[in-house]
Amino acid sequence: MTAVPLDPPRRLVEFTLDGEPARVAEGATILDACRAAGKDIPTLCQGETLEPKNACRACVVEVEGARTLAPACSRKAEPGMTVSTDTERARHSRKIVLELLASATDLSTTPRAAEWIKEYGAKPDRFGADAATMNEQPKIDNDLYVRDYDKCILCYKCVDACGEQWQNSFAISVAGRGFDARISTEHDAPLTDSACVYCGNCIEVCPTGALSFKSEFDMREAGTWDEDRQTETTTVCAYCGVGCNLTLHVQDNEIVKVSSPLDNPVTHGNLCIKGRFGYQHVGGGNTAGA
Amino acid sequence: MDLRFGDSKPTDEEKAAVDDLLGPPPSAWEGADDRSTGDLRWAVGGRDARERRDLLLPGLHAVNDRVGWISEGALTYLCRRLTVPPAEAYGVATFYSMFSMRPRPATVVHVCTDIACAAAPGADDFQADVERRLGPAGEARDGAVWQPSPCLGLCERAPAALAIRAGQGCPSAAGPGAGASSNGVSANGSSPAPSASAPGGAAYAAAVVAPATAEAVEAAARAPEDAAEEPDAALAVPQAGDPQLKLLSRIGVADPGSLDSYRANGGYRALRRAFALGPAGVLREVTDSGLVGRGGAAFPTGRKWQATASQPDHPHYVVCNADESEPGTFKDRVLMEGDPFALIESMTIAGYATGAHKGFLYLRGEYPRALRRLTDAIAQARARGLLGDDVLGQGYAFDIEIRRGAGAYICGEETALFNSLEGNRGEPRSKPPFPVEKGLFGKPTAANNVETLVNVLPVLEMGAEAYAAIGTGKSTGPKLFCVAGSVERPGIYELPFGATLGDLLNLAGVTGDLRAVLLGGAAGGFVRGDELDIPLTFEGTREAGTTLGSGVVLALDSSVPLPRILLRIAEFFRDESCGQCVPCRIGTVRQEEALHRLAARVGAPSTNGSNATAGTAEDIALLREVGEAMRDASICGLGQTAWNAVESAIDRLGAYA
Ligand SMILES: Cc1cc2nc3c(=O)[nH]c(=O)nc-3n(C[C@H](O)[C@H](O)[C@H](O)COP(=O)(O)O)c2cc1C
Ligand code: SF4
Ligand code: SF4
Ligand code: SF4
Ligand code: FES
Ligand code: FES
Repeated sequence: MTAVPLDPPRRLVEFTLDGEPARVAEGATILDACRAAGKDIPTLCQGETLEPKNACRACVVEVEGARTLAPACSRKAEPGMTVSTDTERARHSRKIVLELLASATDLSTTPRAAEWIKEYGAKPDRFGADAATMNEQPKIDNDLYVRDYDKCILCYKCVDACGEQWQNSFAISVAGRGFDARISTEHDAPLTDSACVYCGNCIEVCPTGALSFKSEFDMREAGTWDEDRQTETTTVCAYCGVGCNLTLHVQDNEIVKVSSPLDNPVTHGNLCIKGRFGYQHVGGGNTAGA
Repeated sequence: MDLRFGDSKPTDEEKAAVDDLLGPPPSAWEGADDRSTGDLRWAVGGRDARERRDLLLPGLHAVNDRVGWISEGALTYLCRRLTVPPAEAYGVATFYSMFSMRPRPATVVHVCTDIACAAAPGADDFQADVERRLGPAGEARDGAVWQPSPCLGLCERAPAALAIRAGQGCPSAAGPGAGASSNGVSANGSSPAPSASAPGGAAYAAAVVAPATAEAVEAAARAPEDAAEEPDAALAVPQAGDPQLKLLSRIGVADPGSLDSYRANGGYRALRRAFALGPAGVLREVTDSGLVGRGGAAFPTGRKWQATASQPDHPHYVVCNADESEPGTFKDRVLMEGDPFALIESMTIAGYATGAHKGFLYLRGEYPRALRRLTDAIAQARARGLLGDDVLGQGYAFDIEIRRGAGAYICGEETALFNSLEGNRGEPRSKPPFPVEKGLFGKPTAANNVETLVNVLPVLEMGAEAYAAIGTGKSTGPKLFCVAGSVERPGIYELPFGATLGDLLNLAGVTGDLRAVLLGGAAGGFVRGDELDIPLTFEGTREAGTTLGSGVVLALDSSVPLPRILLRIAEFFRDESCGQCVPCRIGTVRQEEALHRLAARVGAPSTNGSNATAGTAEDIALLREVGEAMRDASICGLGQTAWNAVESAIDRLGAYA
């Protein structure tokens, strides 16, 4: 979604952002403009490589003349519009969104969540000890990755990545409705009985750590996961001729997870099972096997 | 698309249900048993099948109606037939409250526990008695199970219940575009049972029980096919026969089952006038009439139609929003049951004006009699050339397909409705783009409420000017009001815009001392019993800080326990949130939790008074903060209005004070 005015030159849209004139390429979002202006707007469901789903509402801003707030991540900048990111009204909704999410979901592995909660003065405890939560146990049904929906904010990113936006495997979907909605395979079957091909592209886009490499999950359980001690090296995957970029996360001389740069113009962070998990069983084979 | 389907097989019954809808499987690719060599060469499961994705919802209905629930084998088979990924189909099936993915008894009794029914005298005893007879909610007993239901749209006859027994001959058995499929549907005993029933299989039956006694509910649970015929729709219209009526004029006068009777009472005059005016003339008349939508959003209908008509992209669609699920609302049901041809005629006019040749009527899943009447009316209209390739011999082609909802209030939101109809989860889309540009199947679509459409008939019959002279300058024409609760004569009332709340309640006759009136349903707001001067117009209610919404006027006398009613409203929004956005998905839960705490404090005055007061103030502050975020930051109208009624009860009625 970022406006990179490379090939076809795009027209510029001029509007007012927090009282200052702002100019972005046509088609750019309010969020693009905010980021270009160095403004930090919390985002959770927005993803560089996916269509905005605008489900989390952490990024809402005030657009003059509109009845409701607008999600910065998906509302396109329009000529002459007046946007305020820091009004009491917008900050209030962002604070409540953070409070609601943190009261129902384990955000302990969501990057920046704690920082935003502090910044906005959100108090997730105010809903009381009896407040309903996701209340899920980690699903460990294969050797490669773990789904811990207690941490899931239902951002739909994994579903979109697994489905028609990238992987076309359609192994997972949102099931149920309202507060009972969960990411699920058909009939909540184990992944090994689903259409999953273990590309791990859902892990790549998950913003909360609800989806994680089994290696990361186990190390976190054991208390040995330590990102400060990890190095990241980006190489080219050797399994086939496509030439995907792999970023190897190494701790204590062991590969603990594999990601792929989202800004790769060809693969956009997507890999297949070999690149993503091949390090565990060099030589391939059915690494998913249960 | 290379899809993976599991190994589960459907039972013969499940397969038959799906095949009745889709026809026999043409190839092994789609799940036939024999694999012929041709099948290996032709991958027919591809594009063609995928384009039938919109048959997923009818397919789920077919299985659920026949068997009572949807097994893994049945879902897998349906997915194969339609080339839908099983995970997605599971996500769709679990979205709707009428479907079960677990075995359950053939008969399911939906007992309304919503506002009007909860406010009905003896509501507590009624529910306790139902429980005594049928066991606890959700527990299977003697081939039946009951479950509490949101408003069944039968509020004038509260308390209400609906018993549905799965079996052969269900309304969704016939494929789309098929003729009358009402044959053999036993709804309140009015149609004969099917002659060819499956060995050992009972016939599908749906029985409306309203006003309900626990005894009648039990009888319907045991033998829904024997339930007494529902009272005539005209009984829901206390003004029936009044010559002043414009929208309700035929109800109780014309036979809703007879096209001849419809025509003898003025039917199809408006369509003839439409053909005489031409599409542009119709657009002008509807625009000049000042007609605005009656579905809640009050958008000018002429502008919507014009915007649709002018789109270069084709085809265009007309969608009738008949999902009526706003608690307290039952006007669309009464129109559809009492004057079904009027809706067929007005949809045809809408299609003609907007350049559409296909109309979809998305009907609430819990409206068996409306389904029967409309199915029958469409078949009659087709047989007489009033629908089809050449409507009225004017060279204009138009046809209507009914699609049933499956228990989801959110599917009344127009973009959620499109998603539902297309075979996706009924989640609202973000706007823009607006439906007039990208609506159903991504094509230009005019979506209108039933009552809005029916208003087009008097617009064309009287002419825009005469129509616009009714009502006030900003709210033109007649308006239907759904009056229920503490009144002597509940029902649908038709009044010109501009009448006051007091005028309306005088007609209906208030019983007891009026404490509060809920305007606009659960998404609306309460006003005090002494605010009877409020003009019932869009602008008048707005000025009074409330809303007309869908026309609900629910009167509550002082015997009705307000905290319980508020709790029920909060439960409703929690249950019906689609779950897409955080403020609504979690906010509605926190709202309900806070109202539980508040209700508990009202119920049991604490010995420590000041602590209780502090707790109450804290909970009200919490409700306000969460409510404000739901209103400001939710994606759609459900979350945006979920706190309206509670807020008005606190601020206007002094609830919990
Ligand atoms: C949660 C929700 C539920 C709705 N339910 C209905 C409904 O049952 N029937 C209806 O006509 N409109 C309903 N609407 C309004 C529709 O989105 C839409 O505005 C309407 O169908 C347009 O038709 P009109 O212009 O004729 O009113 C609902 C809106 C929301 C947000
Ligand atoms: S690993 Fe790949 S195929 Fe499996 S669920 Fe994730 S995105 Fe889908
Ligand atoms: S598992 Fe992760 S990516 Fe998927 S919806 Fe939950 S938070 Fe989003
Ligand atoms: S407001 Fe509620 S119903 Fe509407 S999209 Fe959000 S979660 Fe769904
Ligand atoms: S980041 Fe914008 S709605 Fe989630
Ligand atoms: S039918 Fe029970 S509240 Fe409407």
